Amino acid sequence: MAETTEDLEQAFEAKIAAEEKIEPKDWMPEAYRKNLVRQMSQHAHSEVIGMQPEGNWLTRAPTLKRKCILLAKIQDEGGHGLYLYSATETLGVSREELIDALHEGRAKYASIFNYPSLTWADIGAIGWLVDGAAIVNQISLQRTSYGPYARAMVRICKEESFHQRQGYEIMVELARGSDAQKAMAQDALNRWWWPSLMMFGPHDAESAHSAQSMLWKIKRQSNDDLRQKFVDQTVPQAEAIGLRIPDDALVWNEARGHYDFGEIDWDEFQRVIRGDGLCNRQRLRHHKQAHDDGAWVREAMAAYAAREENV
Amino acid sequence: MSDIGLYARRLGDDALILGQRLCEWCSNAPVLEEDLALANTALDYLGRARLLLSYAGSFDGKSEDELAYLRGEREFENLLLMELPNGDFAFSMARQYLLDVYEGGFFAALAQSSDEQLAAIAGKAAKEVAYHLRRSAEWLRRLGLGTDESNARTQAALDELWGYTAELFEMDALEERLAAAGVAVDRRALEADWRAQVTRAITEAGLQVPETAWSVRGGREGVHTEYLGHLLSELQYLQRAHPGLSW
Repeated sequence: MAETTEDLEQAFEAKIAAEEKIEPKDWMPEAYRKNLVRQMSQHAHSEVIGMQPEGNWLTRAPTLKRKCILLAKIQDEGGHGLYLYSATETLGVSREELIDALHEGRAKYASIFNYPSLTWADIGAIGWLVDGAAIVNQISLQRTSYGPYARAMVRICKEESFHQRQGYEIMVELARGSDAQKAMAQDALNRWWWPSLMMFGPHDAESAHSAQSMLWKIKRQSNDDLRQKFVDQTVPQAEAIGLRIPDDALVWNEARGHYDFGEIDWDEFQRVIRGDGLCNRQRLRHHKQAHDDGAWVREAMAAYAAREENV
Repeated sequence: MSDIGLYARRLGDDALILGQRLCEWCSNAPVLEEDLALANTALDYLGRARLLLSYAGSFDGKSEDELAYLRGEREFENLLLMELPNGDFAFSMARQYLLDVYEGGFFAALAQSSDEQLAAIAGKAAKEVAYHLRRSAEWLRRLGLGTDESNARTQAALDELWGYTAELFEMDALEERLAAAGVAVDRRALEADWRAQVTRAITEAGLQVPETAWSVRGGREGVHTEYLGHLLSELQYLQRAHPGLSW
């Protein structure tokens, strides 16, 4: 007997309730699929667009060792992008379509990469704070309900913790360096701190996709809980190297067992998402340019593959 | 600096300068897979540069970074091919192929050097080069036999690169002395095999072996194209702006 949509929905809900993973060939509600494509492709695009602000210092890294570490790190990010595109493709959408959506503004990437990497200390701050925030989010996503996404996260988390450490190491070195180096480190922290907190998204009450994503267990912890976790783990790291977090309201709350911190400038958050960041246009143009410049190579690859098949 | 130190330094320069060029591909490749592969290749070159420059520096108490960041244009002795701007993907891949064939022969020979340190570094490099060559040879074929456009671009790249290849097989007094002592590779001896292998691959890829209409040289004497100075300005910027600090 043919299963009705209701039967399928029930089976799907039962799996979610039982903490079983949904796999590519399983039936899933169209809205669940769409939600995943949105989130996973945004995640993939973020990894790839994130190569730009870090790549901005690759040819200017201050030592050969730092250059090698940074290049290996950026390469990892590209690898994560590749892995996430593949995981997204299991939902029946091609990488080409995902990239078109990015270029046409239908898909997003993490808004943090619309900020410029101005000094070498920014490379430290990006690793320490941006990767640090990403890990908090990704650790939580290891338990996400879609199997390929959860497995991608397990693998990605292993590499991200190295990235966070390399960023922090850069900051440690600068913080114990010359006055100019210390000032460079503090300036980078000042500029990257708030955007890093924004990475967790709006407050839970205002988050567009949060409620449904939590029900489907695509998302496992709320934006505000994850943000708190990040603040709690990062404040002592800043103190340890004598850098000041740019928030006058930051204070340890004994009763809560957490740090209290100031309100995020949500106007800035919205402005940068909407296009008012220093690098929004540059990031997209760069990606599109590389893609367009490579069109003849991809055509050659396809023509050669077809030729080989016919031989 | 001793002869061996100077020799290690120029080989380190070869690796450093092409490694730096390959870094420029980051986030600019035609497909994400190639971005990763180019980064891999760059990492091999930079790793090799570190080993060779550290060894070179060990002869007069200099660090790899002092050698990489604090010398000027005339003190770099890399082969000119390494410093040429990346051009399009065909140019970078054709250069890589020509160099991979050269480096395959070169490092196999250097692995037999009487200098243990150079022999060990060459042994490691030879393994990397084998992988690079497999990839660049595939690309040469793919681009040569792909579309009219990819064929034309690759042909144009070969025609431009060709004039820089004579330098690969020329020896100066330093290398002559070291080759006689069993330390350095006699690069003249690599040319016949290189020419045979490259001619075969270019022809099989539906491309023409360029006519030898012109050739330039100077890298090993520190006489470079104008491109090198700009590459070094970028590479050395932070160390020059903030001298003597730890990073």
